[in-house]
Amino acid sequence: MPVAILKKRRLIPGQTSELTLDASHIARKARPGNFVILRVSEKGERIPLTIADTDPQAGTITIVYLVVGKSTAELETLEEGDSILDVCGPLGKPTHIEPCGTVVCVGGGTGIAAMHHIAKGHKAAGNRVITVIGSRCEDLLLFKEELSMFADEVVVTTNDGSCGMQGFVTDGLRMVLDREPSVGEVVAIGPVPMMEAVANLTRPYNVKTTVSLNSIMIDGIGMCGACRVVVGGEVKFACVDGPEFDGHQVDFARMRQRLAAFKPQEELSWAEFRRLRGQEA
Amino acid sequence: MPEQPARERVKNFTEVTTGYTLDMAVAEAARCLQCKKPVCQAGCPVEVPIKAFIGHLQKGDVTAAYKAIRETNSLPAVCGRVCPQEVQCEGACVLAKKGEPVCIGRLERFTADEYAARSACEQLTGDKACPMIREELKVACIGGGPASLTVAGYLSTLGIKVHVYEALHEPGGVLVYGIPEFRLPKAIVKREVQAMTENGVEFHLNWVGGRTITVQDLFDEAFQAVFIGVGAGLPRFLKVPGEDLTGVFSANEYLSRANLGRAYAFPEYDTPPFPGKQVVVVGGGNVAMDAARTAMRMGAEKVSLVYRRTKNEMPCRLEELEHALDEGLHLEILTNPVSFAGDDAGRVTGVTLERMKLGDPDEAGRCTPNCTGEYFDIPCDLAVIAVGTGPNPLLLEATPGLKRNRRGYIEVNEDTGETSMPNVFAGGDIVTGAATVILAMGAGRRAAKEIARRLLGSDAPQDVPPLHGGVLEAQD
Repeated sequence: MPVAILKKRRLIPGQTSELTLDASHIARKARPGNFVILRVSEKGERIPLTIADTDPQAGTITIVYLVVGKSTAELETLEEGDSILDVCGPLGKPTHIEPCGTVVCVGGGTGIAAMHHIAKGHKAAGNRVITVIGSRCEDLLLFKEELSMFADEVVVTTNDGSCGMQGFVTDGLRMVLDREPSVGEVVAIGPVPMMEAVANLTRPYNVKTTVSLNSIMIDGIGMCGACRVVVGGEVKFACVDGPEFDGHQVDFARMRQRLAAFKPQEELSWAEFRRLRGQEA
Repeated sequence: MPEQPARERVKNFTEVTTGYTLDMAVAEAARCLQCKKPVCQAGCPVEVPIKAFIGHLQKGDVTAAYKAIRETNSLPAVCGRVCPQEVQCEGACVLAKKGEPVCIGRLERFTADEYAARSACEQLTGDKACPMIREELKVACIGGGPASLTVAGYLSTLGIKVHVYEALHEPGGVLVYGIPEFRLPKAIVKREVQAMTENGVEFHLNWVGGRTITVQDLFDEAFQAVFIGVGAGLPRFLKVPGEDLTGVFSANEYLSRANLGRAYAFPEYDTPPFPGKQVVVVGGGNVAMDAARTAMRMGAEKVSLVYRRTKNEMPCRLEELEHALDEGLHLEILTNPVSFAGDDAGRVTGVTLERMKLGDPDEAGRCTPNCTGEYFDIPCDLAVIAVGTGPNPLLLEATPGLKRNRRGYIEVNEDTGETSMPNVFAGGDIVTGAATVILAMGAGRRAAKEIARRLLGSDAPQDVPPLHGGVLEAQD
């Protein structure tokens, strides 16, 4: 059943948008860490996206996406009042949230939106929440205001120094870890190389590190195994065993290889989409 | 039955067999002896009145034949295509002893297709199929596969309101994501589902049992009974080194891409296929055949079926193996994969197989494959693992009150299909483990009868005989 887009916010024009969806049946069940799988059109593929926020009273969920290929580009063509053909969820295990003192939530790029929901959950559980967010430059920074509304501290890093510290999120995180003696957990969501870098950084600090893995998925309900990841030497399904795992146990090298499995087809598909759009315009 | 020549069909996803004409069907029906005791019917899990429908066909009366089948079978066009008739009705046919049983499955398929083609309208409004739906009698089905569709089809014809909650974006379960277009066109499934919708069945797509909705939620929403038909969707892997390499797929993923995602029509459809020239498929069931034949149609140069026993022990439908061999399937029987090899990019490049030999028969009478310690390698750029599935955990985890058996499947009362939770019923693969479409339908029918008895009391149909346990061997 199609799900209506109640609100669209262009966070980075042409690249990243936030959609508020009319989906009370998902909103009442969704917890931080859950994701949905959506399909834009009849011939579309199923794409997983983490839930960035929910409002159970209003019956809405919020998703944020980065245009990386045909399917997200097609999603970007939808406006307020349009509908998404299929939205399935909530999927995945919710984030394990328990009182543990100070939690550092690290987000990079679009991952900041996904991290937002989890940071909010940690705050609600009574934890002190420090967020570290990063992007290439200030214009590409997401959710700074939203996080400031509840987080105890928001550390900002940009590669060019246009906002906050100059450097990567790992530089911001290192500063926090050196300063704070009792961090209970680090949560990191973002591109795979970023999550890997965070896991490598926190290992010597011996602090629990949770990452959220964005594997290729088809059904998202444990049926296909496309999303297999190797964690601690064992094969796990990101869709039903995760998507969150112990970052110190994840085999990121295999993860990167599996993410590249359909690269040529993805490029072909996107090129074809742009060619057709170009003809229309 | 007429079929596309192997050389042609291996290049397309159009249905392999093209079906009987009316003359052919009447001629075939004429072979039926109309036995006093129709032993063929004893082999059917949904009790199709075979003698009666073939009797009508002998007179060329398709409508009467269709109505006879439809009395017990909610999905006749599907069953005519995917049932293992050789071990059910056709296996029991008295003419089978002479080697030529009546082609009951093909006649069933003909009847359903011909009837639908003649009068789609009548199919939906025939008197038996269109009672007044009593909205206060509410039954929910979790999962939208053959078992649930049977429950929905049966109960809706009795005027009970049925809601079906399906996790994927199309109803049909394995009929849609698993069985390929060339064996069961998706339009057929759509037609059967459409007929149910017209009958008042409501489908809620993208609702995941255990996540979007739980059994408790449904009782809170005043449903009087819940049927669980969530299947056995968890893919089994071999647990051998290299299985996580890129290019090694579960049959579920490989087939879901092609069937649910229509990857064979990429890039018109967005779901990409994984191209493979040298393909290895592991397993000997219908799913393995489906994967192998899909790979051929996707442009593979050589498809090898790796199976640890011999052709005789393969649990697949005979017709599927014959079709696959005609299309050029290469058999590597008495072999078992021990590891996969890959390149620097993590892509699979080959598989090491161990030669097996058949040992003594096990309890079920099937010979056990034994190791020989002899190994050899074959190259491959795509491997599909089709060695069975386990119970899907999502609904089970969310329903801790459900008693499960040793193998992790739901335990039910064999006569009623009821689980350890009152008014919660279950059937299909989530009870038996991976088996056939028709067995799931039989379980759905059994549970639906009990639900009808409880909801309608003395109004429930009395004339239907109890189910006898036509036990069939489950697939590997």
